[in-house]
Amino acid sequence: MKMGNMDNSIEVTDLVTQYGDRVVLKKISFAIPRGKNTVILGGSGCGKSTLLKHLIGLLKPTSGKILINGKDTTVMNEDEFNEVRKRMGVLFQGAALLNSMTLEENVALPMREHTKLEDSTIQIMVRMKLDLVGLSGFGKFYPSQLSGGMKKRAGIARAMALDPEFLFFDEPSAGLDPVTAAGLDELIVNLRNVFKMTIVVVTHELPSVFMIADCVIMLDRGEVLFAGSLEELKASGNERIRMFLERRPETETYSPEDYFRFIAGN
Amino acid sequence: MPSTAESVFGFIGRRAVSLLKNVHDASRLINNTFYWTFVSPFKGKPVRIRATVSEMVKTGYNSVPIVAVISFFVGIILALQAAYQLRKFGALIYVANLVGVSITRELGPILTAIIVAGRSGSAFAAEIGSMKAAEEVDALVSMGINPVRFLVTPKLIALMIMLPALTIFSDLVGIFGGLLLSNMLLDINAVNYFQQTINSLLVKDILTGLVKAWAFGVVITIVGSYQGFKVEGGAEEVGKRTTASVVASIFLVIVFDLFFTTLFYYFT
Ligand SMILES: Nc1ncnc2c1ncn2[C@@H]1O[C@H](COP(=O)(O)OP(=O)(O)OP(=O)(O)O)[C@@H](O)[C@H]1O
Ligand SMILES: [Mg+2]
Repeated sequence: MKMGNMDNSIEVTDLVTQYGDRVVLKKISFAIPRGKNTVILGGSGCGKSTLLKHLIGLLKPTSGKILINGKDTTVMNEDEFNEVRKRMGVLFQGAALLNSMTLEENVALPMREHTKLEDSTIQIMVRMKLDLVGLSGFGKFYPSQLSGGMKKRAGIARAMALDPEFLFFDEPSAGLDPVTAAGLDELIVNLRNVFKMTIVVVTHELPSVFMIADCVIMLDRGEVLFAGSLEELKASGNERIRMFLERRPETETYSPEDYFRFIAGN
Repeated sequence: MPSTAESVFGFIGRRAVSLLKNVHDASRLINNTFYWTFVSPFKGKPVRIRATVSEMVKTGYNSVPIVAVISFFVGIILALQAAYQLRKFGALIYVANLVGVSITRELGPILTAIIVAGRSGSAFAAEIGSMKAAEEVDALVSMGINPVRFLVTPKLIALMIMLPALTIFSDLVGIFGGLLLSNMLLDINAVNYFQQTINSLLVKDILTGLVKAWAFGVVITIVGSYQGFKVEGGAEEVGKRTTASVVASIFLVIVFDLFFTTLFYYFT
């Protein structure tokens, strides 16, 4: 991987992170190309959400660099990072809309905080964003009055509020029915096509991967197992990748003695 | 197996480390809160006025009935207890002095603070805690919005204004309770009682009460918010932290009361 490559908007180098003593990501490096959909793939608990939290600066790594547009964010202070964050939109795993506010207020919040736009202008922009995600007419609803899929859409509208350069999605289709999930995937593809945003999607749903990914980064046991295009992933002969793609269960064969020792707890 | 001594020292060590970490977290929150409330508004990051007003309504205006009832009853109780002693000396008119001074200097501020700690301190912890559990606080940070400025500052300003205001209200109602009782049961003329109260009260009695109330407001906000931000897990922890916030803020309110009362005793 070349450093300082202008085609890459995010470059991660030797990232190590831990919770307490437990190392979650072990010195991983990868790059995310500009204006493409990159999917971060991996089994449950392998550290995808953790990685995403590092990219948006909610967690500080133990060591390693994260370059965003060529600037190392791990050494920035809050004010400097906030400037970067204004160009990012994030959809959290549970949408994380503010429950005390209506959808309109939720979507308007980043504009109210970071721009000096007139309230009437903000109203119009909010309606445009809600329309974009197919939620026009729901502006006066509170998050608790919406279904899970609608919350995710509203979360996307809020993430888009400042017309960001980067969008991060944590499991956009998790917990949704196949039709709604496909609708959300289509929305993500459209966002890339229309707005040329750099989109990073964390997921472990294979249909979503095949639909939205230009590039794939696959994590496994805290390391990068694969980084490349979707075609390369499909053609890969790696055993663990094949297992993931073909949805085969992990078969760890115990000998009867080992199994007995395992359940006896020593 | 570690020896007993080892486990004892280990226990003490672990406790000390976690206590230090708590102190560190708390002082960072205090630091941030004061920065975002008193410094940053002058650097062009205005306070959220509408949120502040809504907090003032929730913490202040909505507590008016309960503060009124409790202060009224305490006024009556105080008058009765004072009369119990003063009757022996035929000095019943001094009930007014006793009620007036103890209410304005002590009971008004502390009763109001305990009511507000129970109502609003717990609400702060629950609100921030459930936002933490639902990743809403993370969402704020990711939008470049400081959660302390967004959540704590409006609450702090609201309590710094409303707790003294409620205290004045509580003083008035408490004195009125004493007056009513004295008039009806002790046959003291209302005008005389009122005159006696006015004569016995010094401006500093009321002012020291208000200074206390202001400090209690700060304590309740910080404790409630601190417990809220401490939530890491889910709903169950929110409940625990909410309870903890009420216990801790009532405790700290009394500690601060002791401190201020001692201070005012010697220096006013
Ligand atoms: N706050 C935390 N404290 C301690 N350990 C944590 C914390 N958050 C996550 N972990 C651990 O880090 C590992 C990675 O968690 P993470 O949430 O990043 O997984 P994930 O890949 O997003 O999984 P999923 O697909 O289920 O969302 C897990 O093993 C988890 O136990
Ligand atoms: Mg996750």
